[in-house]
Amino acid sequence: MDCNCKKLRDDIAAGRIKSAEAVEAVFDTIEKNDSKIGSYISTFKEQAIANSKQLDEKISTGKSAGILAGTPIAIKDNMCTTFGATSCASKMLENFHAPYNATVVEKLISAGAIIIGKTNMDEFAMGSSTENSALLKTVNPWNTQCVPGGSSGGSAAAVAAGMCSAALGSDTGGSIRQPASFCGVVGLKPTYGRVSRFGLVAFGSSLDQIGPITQNVTDAALMMNVIAGHDPADSTSVDEKTAPVCDCLEKIDEPIGNLKIAVVPQFNTGADGDVQKAINEAIEVYKKMGAEIVEIDMPHLEYSVAVYYIVATAEASGNLARYDGVHYGHRAEDIENYIDVYCKSRAAGFGKEVKRRIMLGTYALSSGYYDAYYLKALKVRNLIRGDFLRAFEKCDCVLIPTCPTTAFKFGEKMDDPLKMYLSDVYTIAANLAGVPAISIPCGFDGNDLPIGLQLMAPAFGEDKLLRIARMFESKTDWHKRRPPII
Amino acid sequence: MENLEYKIIVGLEIHVQLLTKSKMFCSCAISFGERANSRVCPVCVGMPGSLPVMNKKAVELSALAGMALNCKIAKFTKWDRKSYYYPDLPKNYQISQYDLPLAAAGFIEIPLENGQTKTIRITRAHLEEDAGKNLHTTGNFSQVDLNRAGTPLLEIVTEPDLSSAAEVRSLAVELQRIVRYLGVSEADMQKGHMRFEPNVNLHITKDGKEYKTPIAEIKNLNSFRAIERSVDYEVQRQLDEFSRTGITMETGNKTTRGWDDDAGKTVLQREKEEANDYRYFPDPDLVPVEFTDSWLAEIRAGLCEMPIKRQLRFVNEYDLSDYDAGVLTAERTTADFFEEAVKSGGQSKRVCNLLTQVGLKMANEANCSAAELGITAENLAKLAKMADGGQISATAAKTIMEKMTQTADEPKVIAEQLNLIQKNDTAELEVIVEKILAENAKAVEDVKSGGKKSKAAKGFLLGQVMQKTKGRANPKVVAEILERKL
Amino acid sequence: MPRFFFWMAEVMSKKIDAELVKKVAKLSRLELTETEVAEFANQLSAILDYVEKMEQLDTTDVQPLAHCLPISNCLRDDCAKPSLGTEKILENAPDTDGDFFKVPKILD
Repeated sequence: MDCNCKKLRDDIAAGRIKSAEAVEAVFDTIEKNDSKIGSYISTFKEQAIANSKQLDEKISTGKSAGILAGTPIAIKDNMCTTFGATSCASKMLENFHAPYNATVVEKLISAGAIIIGKTNMDEFAMGSSTENSALLKTVNPWNTQCVPGGSSGGSAAAVAAGMCSAALGSDTGGSIRQPASFCGVVGLKPTYGRVSRFGLVAFGSSLDQIGPITQNVTDAALMMNVIAGHDPADSTSVDEKTAPVCDCLEKIDEPIGNLKIAVVPQFNTGADGDVQKAINEAIEVYKKMGAEIVEIDMPHLEYSVAVYYIVATAEASGNLARYDGVHYGHRAEDIENYIDVYCKSRAAGFGKEVKRRIMLGTYALSSGYYDAYYLKALKVRNLIRGDFLRAFEKCDCVLIPTCPTTAFKFGEKMDDPLKMYLSDVYTIAANLAGVPAISIPCGFDGNDLPIGLQLMAPAFGEDKLLRIARMFESKTDWHKRRPPII
Repeated sequence: MENLEYKIIVGLEIHVQLLTKSKMFCSCAISFGERANSRVCPVCVGMPGSLPVMNKKAVELSALAGMALNCKIAKFTKWDRKSYYYPDLPKNYQISQYDLPLAAAGFIEIPLENGQTKTIRITRAHLEEDAGKNLHTTGNFSQVDLNRAGTPLLEIVTEPDLSSAAEVRSLAVELQRIVRYLGVSEADMQKGHMRFEPNVNLHITKDGKEYKTPIAEIKNLNSFRAIERSVDYEVQRQLDEFSRTGITMETGNKTTRGWDDDAGKTVLQREKEEANDYRYFPDPDLVPVEFTDSWLAEIRAGLCEMPIKRQLRFVNEYDLSDYDAGVLTAERTTADFFEEAVKSGGQSKRVCNLLTQVGLKMANEANCSAAELGITAENLAKLAKMADGGQISATAAKTIMEKMTQTADEPKVIAEQLNLIQKNDTAELEVIVEKILAENAKAVEDVKSGGKKSKAAKGFLLGQVMQKTKGRANPKVVAEILERKL
Repeated sequence: MPRFFFWMAEVMSKKIDAELVKKVAKLSRLELTETEVAEFANQLSAILDYVEKMEQLDTTDVQPLAHCLPISNCLRDDCAKPSLGTEKILENAPDTDGDFFKVPKILD
């Protein structure tokens, strides 16, 4: 069964397929393949089937079932749900049961989505390979020797392997786009402030954004129509007056005329040969459609990784302070005094990467180092944002690779955190500048691993960004290829 | 002990709980004395994924208090996280304001014992959230109640301009009056609505050199009396300590001392060897507050004449004693009520006496303000006029005023009902006096003989007349008649 | 100079030594093993060396950018809503005593 979101939704809404059938089919695939892939930390088969049957009934009586009408959707395990645990793939929250649903979860449910499970990730979304999950190993459906990318590796692998119609991920420095690229699917990081973060377990609060991971661009547009919009519970979600929500789906198949795409000389080198080749070919595709390619200097982008690993870790050191074994979460056993509750519970509850980042962030904020690291990083962040503002005066979008490489092997970068961090070089800038960015499949390397093309657009320009991405997709069929595992 | 010349230096840190219905960053109701952990939600427990949203009223009340304290209100202010680990602080950071406080550079005028006033500079005033409460049980564990966590607090910091315990107390009383006037806080010290932490040290002159004693911060003060006593105690203690050890600010550490009210002394809590590293940084979950001119004007409309000015005006305008003016202006509603009654024709001193001697006592018993007793200002004025005109006695006025809280009847009607109208008819009273004089020849003789006995005998005769008239004779008139007849 | 000595020099000029790692760990309330201390000292030093690339940029007249949003004054009206309730809030607590969270005795 072709389970892409838009088509399935149309079929279910029209009564051609029952939601319950679609959901059951997806669970068949999960039962068949997920023991090999490891996408899901938890699934809700009974609840999902019951909900889909209810929905089928609603549809059969002619009632509107919402714009996701009965489609099986997966969410990353850092979004709070009243059903199941919300673990963030951490020992710390393994048994944490949120007393509320994240706003995006509420929006999915009211749009008729069937939430089928919660996907694996790097612990607290810290990582680029999902190897930092304390609970589960996820492999790349294209090559089980390779990582799926991260931190939303479970969501990307599940979409690639047909184990859901679409999934939600979260992206702090590339955590939606990089795994989407590694798994050959579409991943969109919306503008900061476009999608509510309420109920998203925070990593870097000024950078985090929830977005869709889908089989194609149209599905990403559909998902955006569901999750975008102001939320009074999130002070950082932008109000309707400042930035009205656009219908991303309405004109998705209409190409943009006089399209101006920028390439960045600073990012012309550095990527693997196969990746660069695919990007160059993608540029040719756009040219053939009449797009004008302009070269724009963005001299500060090369500082993105440095800025990111100060800003994100500083915020994380604050955000993760609450996991202390007092009010919820893991508490160590061998406690002698109340200081132990903190130090031992956190030592046992957090994995190494999380500890490393808490340490780095704490250091960057501590007295004597604040100005040199944290404050300096905020200033350079402003310069990076300036690069984008200037660029968008002259172009509609910026085109660069999503990642310098395709999916790498397990363990390859685990011993060298800096090397791992540097692999985020192309995705981080969009988070620092708050602009929307999408990764779409644009080819394969010599090992048949997918390559991702990244497009970045001005703030709150998701509708246009998706149309530009759809233009490429309509002329290519990279997105139609499925991994050999299914 | 040697006689040292010294100056007392005190600065205050004050926390004022704002009078809002809901907490600072969530919609939980403000509580006092409810079941433990019942007034809490994911936000104030700092659960994963929860986000703060500012309470508009709290921001406005803070700005109003800032204006009343003659501060500059920041056009742009923001939120910062103050990090420290403590079980009553659920996120292990407090949302506060660091480098851009809401209000700064103001002053407060306080009354001195000699009738003059003194200006104490206000360094800054900023808004923050309160912590919960740790309860120390008799067992080997502590309990944590988070009902108070997230309650809005205004922290006010003064310059070290106070130079005696009496001044510290005066500032506390004055500040309470101000915040109550403005409706900024209930300011009940017993309930912890207002918490004062004096920072005390001495500048001692010895052998022509000046020595500064280490600063002690005093905590746990929950009455004005405790504030004054603790500062007095601390001054003596520091003098003693300096005489004994010679320790100064340079050689000793800043300490925190707790006030033990029963023992009447301060007790060392902890010694601060190094400044805490709070790692302040901008809270990425909140957006800045920007005050527009129109918003500030709207808030400013809530200002009123400050109590100290009003007290002075009452002395001059209504010819009251400073003490009475102080009592009347302690609460805004009482002062308003007084002025209204005077405007309605009541003689100011008479109205003052009725209010201070009768009204406030009843209000205290009924646990409300004098203005809420159910007596209208017009009726109070009428009552005052009756008492002034001799239609009723002072005792009768009290009885009538008590009755007025239960009925809307005019005082005259009540006086007639209770038969409390005084006999002013000279002819009628003369008959009675004649009769009494005839019946008490011995007393008449005593009066006429002059000397010691004369005065007592006069009083006796007056008493007899009053008894005869069941207290309804105007004693002034009776005294005149007696004088004439004897 | 052979590569090895460059590497040595780098190790010698480490930004963060074991003592500083321990200090930061204390601030972070993380109990670390000696092995972790040594590992973090090396890794954090290497990361900070890289991060210091920011120093190449003159930021004298640049304002710090804490977030990219074009908004301010996200305010809520002062209305009280029902809370979660004691039972619900204590459901996730590792240890409780009646209506309270329970922790080992807090000593000031």
